[in-house]
Amino acid sequence: MEYLIIVVSAIFINNIVLSQFLGVCPFLGVSNRLSTSFGMTGAVIFVMTLATIATYLINYFILQPYDIVFLQTISYILVIASLVQMVEIILKKVSPALFQALGVYLPLITTNCAILGVAILVIQKEYNLLESVVFAISHALGFGLALILFSGIREHMDLAEVPPGIRGVPAALIVAGLLSLAFMGFTGIV
Amino acid sequence: MSQWKNFNKGFIRENPVFVLLLGMCPTLGVTSTALNGLGMGLATLFVLLMSNIVVSLVKDFIPDKVRIPSFIVIIATFVTIVDLVMAGYVPVLHEQLGLFIPLIVVNCIVLGRAEAFASKHSFTSSLIDGLGMGLGFTFALTLLGSVREVIGSLSLFGYKFIEGDGVLVFILPPGAFLALGYLIAVMNKLKKA
Repeated sequence: MEYLIIVVSAIFINNIVLSQFLGVCPFLGVSNRLSTSFGMTGAVIFVMTLATIATYLINYFILQPYDIVFLQTISYILVIASLVQMVEIILKKVSPALFQALGVYLPLITTNCAILGVAILVIQKEYNLLESVVFAISHALGFGLALILFSGIREHMDLAEVPPGIRGVPAALIVAGLLSLAFMGFTGIV
Repeated sequence: MSQWKNFNKGFIRENPVFVLLLGMCPTLGVTSTALNGLGMGLATLFVLLMSNIVVSLVKDFIPDKVRIPSFIVIIATFVTIVDLVMAGYVPVLHEQLGLFIPLIVVNCIVLGRAEAFASKHSFTSSLIDGLGMGLGFTFALTLLGSVREVIGSLSLFGYKFIEGDGVLVFILPPGAFLALGYLIAVMNKLKKA
């Protein structure tokens, strides 16, 4: 039951993009086409889960025992950056097909603040390892849901007649605002 | 490019938020009041300025291949300093900005300026660029925070000028997207004029 609450609240109620504002840059950046947003979602699920496990272990086996928690930010970002690099190299060797699908999105992920954000949130909420993994996967799914919905809408918007003043980025932000408004309807279901 | 032009480009012409669309997460996440926007802007300004200075000083000693990781370490160092100083001296603001302070590390503006500007220019130019861009970011965040606070709770910097409730949605997450969308539209108009 506890896990179910984590999942539902991460995907719908506290959606990582639409209500916590993490990972807005890729949300606005790669949402032009539906196919690219599927690729990005896959890459985020993969990296977010691995990064959360790695930073969790570092926090409880290195930072806390040696009392150097103030190095959290530096160590996490380095771990995430090198993890992304490593995943890229391993994928290229082990599964070229998956690498083809995720390839271009992997380097972009290092600067995705959702990854670092979730890694820090997990520590703040004092979850155990399994809860952390569930938390990370469901946040990544929430990111994917928002991204895919948003890019679906944007594809249709290409055909719509938008007033010249707000064409482009302003219109996209207003659509994101409406989507966020819709997600607020989920408030209070858990 | 004269130093004055280098300094003022961050405000309108190359404003990090309104024109370059960098650093959207803190922009949207913390601007529910003008004061939070200002605080976040100043924290980012400090990190941006210091990392630009240090990067421009050490750029000749860093091998090209490890330049990005080195920049990240430099930035993360200053972010940690800001985080600890704010927790010590302004605990209330620190509490409200919360997660977004460590996340200055992954703010694209900071790494972007280090990579695109400070690693190629002299100490003085980098210092002025960091100051200009940082103030432009602070300006954008404070403006967005003011707009949201005025409409959302009919107050500015915590000073309530009309009794009653505002349009609550502007303080909630959707309002951030809507307010920023319309502000960018206005900025585009201003830039053309």
